[in-house]
Amino acid sequence: MNGRLLDVWVYLSASPLAGLTLTLLAYQAGLWAFERCGRTPLVNPVLVAVVLIIAVLKSLDVDYKTYFDGAQFVHFLLGPATVALAVPLYNQFQQVRRSAGAMLAALVAGSLTAAGSAVALGWLFGASERTLLSLAPKSVTSPIAMGIAEQIGGLPSLTAVFVMLTGIVGATLGGSVLTLIRVTDWRARGFGMGVAAHGIGTARALQVNETAGAFSGLAMGLNGLATAVLLPVLVRLFTQTG
Amino acid sequence: MLGPITILLACQLAGELTVRMLALPVPGPVLGMLLLFTGLLVRGGVPRPVADVTGGLLRNLSLLFVPAGVGVMAHLGRLSDEALPIAAAVVGSTVLTIAVTAWVMAALLKRGRKGPEA
Repeated sequence: MNGRLLDVWVYLSASPLAGLTLTLLAYQAGLWAFERCGRTPLVNPVLVAVVLIIAVLKSLDVDYKTYFDGAQFVHFLLGPATVALAVPLYNQFQQVRRSAGAMLAALVAGSLTAAGSAVALGWLFGASERTLLSLAPKSVTSPIAMGIAEQIGGLPSLTAVFVMLTGIVGATLGGSVLTLIRVTDWRARGFGMGVAAHGIGTARALQVNETAGAFSGLAMGLNGLATAVLLPVLVRLFTQTG
Repeated sequence: MLGPITILLACQLAGELTVRMLALPVPGPVLGMLLLFTGLLVRGGVPRPVADVTGGLLRNLSLLFVPAGVGVMAHLGRLSDEALPIAAAVVGSTVLTIAVTAWVMAALLKRGRKGPEA
């Protein structure tokens, strides 16, 4: 590398500008592909962006930490965006209040299914114990999921990856699954997406319908709470008897 | 635009501080969401600037997951070693959870409509 190129490289890897720009460019490429393919959920903009960014980072031999130093400014907005979910929730409050009973039952059923079936399927196909414990909180929004993983003996950073994959799978397949089992009620559709696929599911639900988005956002918060309370107890029960 | 952003950040900050002081098992932003929600209930409506800013943020919600998603690259080794169980668990469990949750909720909502309240 000649001197000037090296200077440019040093500047780019020290400044957050490159990571940020790359994130926005890749996401817009993802959106473009999504629109281009008739807005099918099969082309998930997050997935497209992640694959593109990893390809670029690998080919330039840049590690994740260097990239994240820049991209953290986008990541930071997740907090305020979660707070912003109060607005669709408020707009749909009458509906939320009327379906509180159904929501609670669905929450318990969904929360147990999420953790139980993840561990059961992983075990059936021979996952290691570390992986199983990291899989258990996969349907919960990542800050809570990472905390739970740490508590029950999983790897928090691996859990974050499973949370991400779960969200993408939920956003991609959720709509077709719900149509297949003939659930047409937007409240139930949104709630299912939120319990199973947290924020990424909610982002998808908001794209489709505001009622679904509000129920999904609420479901995400409630499932975080339910799993944080239930899962450590369940794990202790199982490891003692098993 | 400045006002609504300040409100969002203040709610999040209040949420983060409360969670830490009381050692609650919820992330700060989720508590912040409940705070803003309570505020909207008290006020009895969503001010236009707040609706604009939150709408803009939520329309691009997917983008905000990209940086964390790229974290997958740090675990490519384990992901390929245990690809089958991980794929089975993530895909199978996510699909099953969406179906069970939505089905239970839809069934109960339907039953509620046929009940005496309807």
